[in-house]
Amino acid sequence: MLLKSLTLPVADFEQGTGWKIKPEGACKGDVCIPLRGQSGNTLDVEKLAHDMGLPLVSEASEQCWALGPDAIGGKTLATAVAPNLALPDLDGNLFSLSSLKGKKVLVYAWAPY
Amino acid sequence: MWQALREELAPQGFELITVGMDTLGAEGCRTAIEAARPTHPALIDKHHVLADVFGVVNIPSSIWIDEDGMIVRPAEAAPPPPTDAVPAATQMPEDTPQRLKEMRAEAMKITTNAADYHAALRDWVTQGKDSAFAMDNETAIARSRPRNAEQALGHAHFELATHFVTEGKRDLAVKHFRAAHERVPDNWNFRRQAWSLEPVGDGPMARFWQGPRPEAEAQWPYEGDWVTDIKREGAQNYYDSWQA
Repeated sequence: MLLKSLTLPVADFEQGTGWKIKPEGACKGDVCIPLRGQSGNTLDVEKLAHDMGLPLVSEASEQCWALGPDAIGGKTLATAVAPNLALPDLDGNLFSLSSLKGKKVLVYAWAPY
Repeated sequence: MWQALREELAPQGFELITVGMDTLGAEGCRTAIEAARPTHPALIDKHHVLADVFGVVNIPSSIWIDEDGMIVRPAEAAPPPPTDAVPAATQMPEDTPQRLKEMRAEAMKITTNAADYHAALRDWVTQGKDSAFAMDNETAIARSRPRNAEQALGHAHFELATHFVTEGKRDLAVKHFRAAHERVPDNWNFRRQAWSLEPVGDGPMARFWQGPRPEAEAQWPYEGDWVTDIKREGAQNYYDSWQA
């Protein structure tokens, strides 16, 4: 996810990555990673990246960073629990994958190029 | 078309979500979505979040998620229903540019098994967990795309690149696209997205050109292009078989 600051609101981190911050650490499905030195409603991104093994790339002249995905277990999926992804439609309205619980869903990726 | 399959399966508690993976966002996807007149959610993914969270590396790809929100098939090549088949190369007009003829010739060599894939989907929608095509949790995780720290870093570079495209900072976008391509060489979408942002001409094929302008190859900012890369890797390897 893209960052303009190395202090990140918990809610933004959760929406941007699918991880949830719980008392036991950062959790996705049944997987939890303990976090050190974090408190309140914001996260210290450099500590977080270190503790979770997430890559953090910066472009110094631009004051922006990108926090990459985890590679837990050497696989894309750390858990089979689907992330609660929210993406916009053509009009910019966010649609949340979790709103389809109770249905079988096929997520189909395409591109106009 | 997927739309027809969706209408067929919807009464059994099935839904289709299409996701256009394009850094140009609604601007890039609007024509295709409006032409399809979808009755299902049609979403847009400017930063290729589907690559991060599901491991989508090429299009078309699909992920199956069951009623409990569990992934029962991780991202894999999803052949479109046969009506979407590429027209034969012989139907191309005489004045088609050589590059597009080459692209079509390579595309014709790409093999998929669409009929079996859609039969598998119907089986899962009908049988649920009892379907042989629905994976348990461990299998779904094990079958998901391999990823190491270097590849994860490449994803972060791709995210920065898409941000700089949005900001109109082309040089920075190219720099980080190149860093992503180097670190995640098996991701066709990361390459095709970058190439598509160097359109040739402004017709409907501009973003499908996916390579240097004729006689201006020195100005092409990337290591590869679609024709060169698919010849090197082999059209038969363009999609990992979902049956593997």
